[in-house]
Amino acid sequence: MKLKKRLGRYGLVILLLLVNQLIFAQARTVTGKVTDGTGNPLAGVTVAVKGKQNATTTATDGGFSLSNINTGDVVVFSSVGYNTIEQTVGAGSSLSIALVTAAGNLNEVVVVGYGSTRKRDLTGSVATVSSKDFQKGQISTPEQMIAGKLPGVSVISNGGQPGSGSTIRIRGGSSIRASNDPLIVIDGVPLAAGGISGAGNPLSFINPNDIESFTVLKDASAAAIYGTRASNGVILITTKKGTGGKLRMNFSTSVSASTVANKVDVLSADEFREIVNAKGTLAQRAMLGTANTDWQDEIYQTVLATDNNLTISGGLKKLPYRVSFGYTNQNGVLRTDNLQRTSIVLALNPSFFNNHLKVDLNIKGSAQQTRFANTGAIGGAISFDPTQPVYSEEYDNRFGGYYEWRSAATATGLVNLVGRNPLGLLNQTVNRSNPYRSIGNLQLDYKFHFLPELRANLNMGYDVSEGRGTTFVSDSAASAYAPGGVGGENNKYRQQRTNTVFDFYLNYNKLFSKIKSRVDVTAGYSYNNFLATNYFYASYNAQGVKYPNSDPAFAFDKPENTLVSFFGRLNYTYNDKYLLTATLRRDGSSRFAGDNKWGMFPSVAFAWKVMDEKFLTTSKVFSDLKLRIGYGVTGQQDGINNYDFLSFYGLSSPNATYQFGNEYYQMYRPGAYNPNIKWEETTTANIGLDYGFYNNRITGSIDVYHKKTTDLLNSIPQPAGTNFSAFFIANVGSMENKGVEFNINTEPVKSSTWNWDAGFNVTFNKNEITNLTVVPKDATYRGIQAGGIAGGIGGGFSQIQQVGYSRNTFNLYQQVYDKDGKPLENVFVDVNEDGIINQDDLTKTKSAVPDLFMGFSTNVSYKRFSAGFVLRSSIGNYVYNNVYSNAGNQLQILGNYVLYNASANYLETKFNGNSNNLLSDYYIQNASFLRMDNLTFGYDAGSILRKKATLRLNASVQNVFVLTKYKGLDPEVSSGVDNNLYPRPRIFTLGLNLNF
Amino acid sequence: MQQHLLKTAVLLITTVSVFTGCIKKLDLVPVNDITADAVYATALGYKQALAKAYGSFALTGNSGGGGSPDVSPQIIADEGNSDFLRLYWNLQELTTDEAAWTWQNDAGVRGLKEMSWASSNPIIAGLYYRSFFQITVCNDFIRQSNDSKISERGFKGNDAAEIKKYRAEARFLRAYQYWVLMDLFASPPFVDENAPIATGLPKQISRAELFTYIESELKAIEPELAAAKTNEYGRADKAAAWALLARLYLNAKVYTGTEKNTEAIANCQKIIQAGYTLHPTYRNLTIADNHLNTDENIFTINYDARYTQNWGGTTYLAHGPAAVPGSISGTSGNWGGLRHTQQFVDLFPDASGNTDTRAQFYTTGQNKTMADLYVGTDGYSSFKYRNKTRTGAPAPNADPNGNWTDIDFPLFRLGEIYLIYAEAVLRGGTGGSSAQALTYINQLRTRAYNGSNAGNITASGLTLDFILNERGRELYYEAHRRTDLIRFDKFTTASYLWAWKGGVAAGRAADPKYNIFPIPATDLSSNPNLKQNTGY
Repeated sequence: MKLKKRLGRYGLVILLLLVNQLIFAQARTVTGKVTDGTGNPLAGVTVAVKGKQNATTTATDGGFSLSNINTGDVVVFSSVGYNTIEQTVGAGSSLSIALVTAAGNLNEVVVVGYGSTRKRDLTGSVATVSSKDFQKGQISTPEQMIAGKLPGVSVISNGGQPGSGSTIRIRGGSSIRASNDPLIVIDGVPLAAGGISGAGNPLSFINPNDIESFTVLKDASAAAIYGTRASNGVILITTKKGTGGKLRMNFSTSVSASTVANKVDVLSADEFREIVNAKGTLAQRAMLGTANTDWQDEIYQTVLATDNNLTISGGLKKLPYRVSFGYTNQNGVLRTDNLQRTSIVLALNPSFFNNHLKVDLNIKGSAQQTRFANTGAIGGAISFDPTQPVYSEEYDNRFGGYYEWRSAATATGLVNLVGRNPLGLLNQTVNRSNPYRSIGNLQLDYKFHFLPELRANLNMGYDVSEGRGTTFVSDSAASAYAPGGVGGENNKYRQQRTNTVFDFYLNYNKLFSKIKSRVDVTAGYSYNNFLATNYFYASYNAQGVKYPNSDPAFAFDKPENTLVSFFGRLNYTYNDKYLLTATLRRDGSSRFAGDNKWGMFPSVAFAWKVMDEKFLTTSKVFSDLKLRIGYGVTGQQDGINNYDFLSFYGLSSPNATYQFGNEYYQMYRPGAYNPNIKWEETTTANIGLDYGFYNNRITGSIDVYHKKTTDLLNSIPQPAGTNFSAFFIANVGSMENKGVEFNINTEPVKSSTWNWDAGFNVTFNKNEITNLTVVPKDATYRGIQAGGIAGGIGGGFSQIQQVGYSRNTFNLYQQVYDKDGKPLENVFVDVNEDGIINQDDLTKTKSAVPDLFMGFSTNVSYKRFSAGFVLRSSIGNYVYNNVYSNAGNQLQILGNYVLYNASANYLETKFNGNSNNLLSDYYIQNASFLRMDNLTFGYDAGSILRKKATLRLNASVQNVFVLTKYKGLDPEVSSGVDNNLYPRPRIFTLGLNLNF
Repeated sequence: MQQHLLKTAVLLITTVSVFTGCIKKLDLVPVNDITADAVYATALGYKQALAKAYGSFALTGNSGGGGSPDVSPQIIADEGNSDFLRLYWNLQELTTDEAAWTWQNDAGVRGLKEMSWASSNPIIAGLYYRSFFQITVCNDFIRQSNDSKISERGFKGNDAAEIKKYRAEARFLRAYQYWVLMDLFASPPFVDENAPIATGLPKQISRAELFTYIESELKAIEPELAAAKTNEYGRADKAAAWALLARLYLNAKVYTGTEKNTEAIANCQKIIQAGYTLHPTYRNLTIADNHLNTDENIFTINYDARYTQNWGGTTYLAHGPAAVPGSISGTSGNWGGLRHTQQFVDLFPDASGNTDTRAQFYTTGQNKTMADLYVGTDGYSSFKYRNKTRTGAPAPNADPNGNWTDIDFPLFRLGEIYLIYAEAVLRGGTGGSSAQALTYINQLRTRAYNGSNAGNITASGLTLDFILNERGRELYYEAHRRTDLIRFDKFTTASYLWAWKGGVAAGRAADPKYNIFPIPATDLSSNPNLKQNTGY
């Protein structure tokens, strides 16, 4: 019935158009409206006449007006993320079009550095994840949303503390000593490396709910436009914008429960008692208590978290806007850990002068209230004597009533230098922080009236944050007890960071139809300034009384660095099939001196849209095929200090003075320096192929890359007597990463009731250090020790950086085993057979870096129900189990002033500990794993409240399971040394999402 | 159209001016740290730079208790172990009969007592790099205070004279550190104030050449240093230079193959004639107010619980000994670490301290025999270093938490000079007399026996072996023992065995290569000019 009516209406229109055409065959103005599939107006859609210089964009109400149109002209409607539609003008003067979301996202516009491009026109290795593909659930920090989603991008959370950051590595990282973190740019504002006091992870300030997409620039041809900041790849984060049109609101809320999935396996109280009674001295046996305390149960808890977001968007007359409010309250599984974040985001996107001037204003503000648990309790809970009670009434409830090791011989009544009650450590330490951060930018994009091909773009942004907090330790806490009372701690900390960015570029983009060429040239300038203010304070006791002479040498410090850049990019397209991109960036850095101040970073890339060749256009199998080849040079200057190029004298603090006569003099110390320091340089070559089959039901790409970093910024030993520090930063050495990335996305089932999509990606990366010495490949050089082991004072190192091996290769003694496969304590292979076991017998073996990692995501929907999961896997990464090595021996139990609990590994090895066992390769374990990150279920309730709103319900589980051979708590340890990791919780979330 | 042009022009002009302004911002300097010219603009600045040359003996870095270390954490991960005194003391004492440390997992500990150390040992590397840090700081100071710099910077009169005196002291401190390197590593790389910074590969200097260099430096600065006992407390004077010369000459045969006992005697006499006397009470030599002992102290490393805080130095020496209660040591308690071997305890007539008061052994709960090297109750402990004043009260600047100490460390004191004198005479040096030697020794013994002559010896008792034992009794825990045992050829040989020497409970001889420490592997790999010591 309906259909008939429509046909009838269309028929009438067509008839009228035909009549029109016959009658008025002359140039005229056509007006119309563009909407999305659901009838909402679409602003910013490009409306152009094919083959003519005639174009405009739609206003906020979706409307447009095109003059000088003749019947038969073809009008092209194109917009980000939608299929381009060509419509032939008939007789009428009105054209209304509904755009359909693009399949396979080929027409999707991708942000690249200083501009954007259609995905189909990309020449470099660029990957994008948009909000619909994000990981779901209770996610407190945005980068977790893309974990496992992209080939070549590894995201490993730093533990389970609320808001804690992640270690992100793109294509293995390009450095040893300097930073391996990618550059993160939020809406055109590049973030400075590092967090702020009271919030170690800078991204934790961003409400994940506000993010529209992540774009990762992986190869040099894509990233080189960021010059000295691009060697580790670039992550561009785009937040959601105003949509225009009528007022729309979205409310989402979720509640989660976090539980500890796994505990460290330690001796039970009974096992412990048995060992002490059998092997301890009389005095040690007397220390045993009668309790059975599982200290890990005491410090961990199951907790709730809530997350609420309200978004309002629409258009106020011609002003599209989006405002969002978020509040999240998350408790840590470690008692006393809490993170509350309130965020407000405002986006205004008006256009002026007939769309010649586009304005983008983004302001994000976020405030956190955090209480950090004393994570020392994690190790404490593993080692505290399980036979002792949590509380004790002895000593008249001193030390907060907690059981502590007591001594009659000390003034405090406590045994010195021993572990304190783990629960006391948590409850008697109050570290509160109230950091805030605001990131904002104003972007003006002006299309010249007299030359519309030319655009001027001005972007001014800021990133201001302040962290401040107080660490309070109760006067009665054993950890800070003073003889006679009034010890404790009441110390302030504060840090401010002000980063400013100013970018200006001109873009000229013109199609020269006669020569089938499109030229797109950008030239610009960028200024980035990073200024921090670190405040220093004296130490105070719990009552707020200053400890004598604890004043700092200076009240504050203001480290600052500046980057000034000129950049240019040329995109040349021939016949819409052959694409060439060349970029050049010249960077000036305040971190270097003289000739090293300025660096040049070029790149070039070529792409061939094979699909558009005649022999493929008619293919029923292929729907996309593009070959990309790129080469470029990027730099790196993060992870080093600001003023290493010149010698400066530092003044010592008032408690580090020296006495002459009756005076105490603060000392001036000359600082080590390196006048020749400069950026490290990475050259990347990349060959990639993008493919699509069966109308893009199957899409994906494969990339092969080779990255070589030279002039590595490395902390190297200075020949004794030649500098004011034994080690200092210098440009020495080189390293390579070679790899293959592959991803495939499929939609095996696509119907009106059933839909199923799945995506898989895999990355092989091989890292190799190729030189580390001034005299290249010096065979006598032992390498740089890494991977510090806890145990003893400055226990030692488990890894080494050495030529011919991967970064973080384990370098330990080869354990000898008996016939039953039990390790023999302190018996190692004498590799060079010289009769002694010393450093020459340390053997380089496995690496902490994986050989390959994979991600698999899938979603199935049936009518209103949907379900999906994300799997992530890493193969070939090894972890040194420092919990086993440090706490898995008899010395751990009986070799100290007081009794300590041991790792259950002691029962297997029966190691005494009076040996070099910390350096045994027995403790290297295969940490390959398969983890289900996420399992989600959704139900779309559809319209409710008399069709005024739509409702969606969802449920998810995060960290569902881990399959691994690793015997410790969790195989995902990015450093490769597992020591007292904050357990990653398993999180169950229920949520609803309401649109009205 | 015109309006647009105008707008564009304004935009361009603004942009260009912003550009130029921004490029200037590429020349940034720190806010708190300052350049050499700023430091050395005033006489006070010179003194504060000199304070670093001195303070490096006492402190681990520029921040009390830690946080801004002088020695890179790649060399020593725990900053509290990285001060000069703790490192030097550990190498001089933990390798001998005088001391053992309980915590074997502490970096570099295992292997010291057992005489099986390697070139990667962090304590050995730590001392090496600590000494070179101090030498490099002194070189810088000497460079910054040469005559032309002084006049360039406009210093005249008293200021100029004072700065020249500072410079002589910096040369003394550098000579001292080179003496340490010569004693421990034999032939280290050599850099003086003419060596460039941040470039270059220093060459090794032979032990004999280094001996000559140290000797010539000390002689050269003698006229420039303050007269004995006239400088500010804590600063070196002529007597400090003489004392180092005396020590250098006493060990000359070890360093050069040639005895220089006559020269040793001459320098001892200069010190004695300068008016030093023994402090009446031995047990007051190493306590919180020992800065009052200006009668005996020649040169000290100064500590103060409020102003000079660190986890090494005398904080380590007061806390380190196992089992000693805080009530005795004047601290928050002990770290359960240091103990003596039974052989060392047996150098004393008895362990009670009632006979020879220098015996300050804590025996409660301790076994005399060190049956196990790494058990805190095996071996008597020591309370020689006590953070209390001579009245038993806490020091004026005492740390309320009982962590930091106020005890100054005697780097040179008259007691040692008497012993050098006697030994040099016994070794055939001229210019002194046996009778005088006996007098000096008996003065030490009378003090040790609380004013009683009961411990005095006769001329026939004054033998070289007696001297070595007496040095043990008088100077133990003052970082002399390893040097002494080597001079008497008892360090690695079987002629004197102590518990755990060579890694066995009864003790055994070790490879003579252990008389010299290895050059750290780290420096060998960064400086191709260096050659490792024999056997490593």
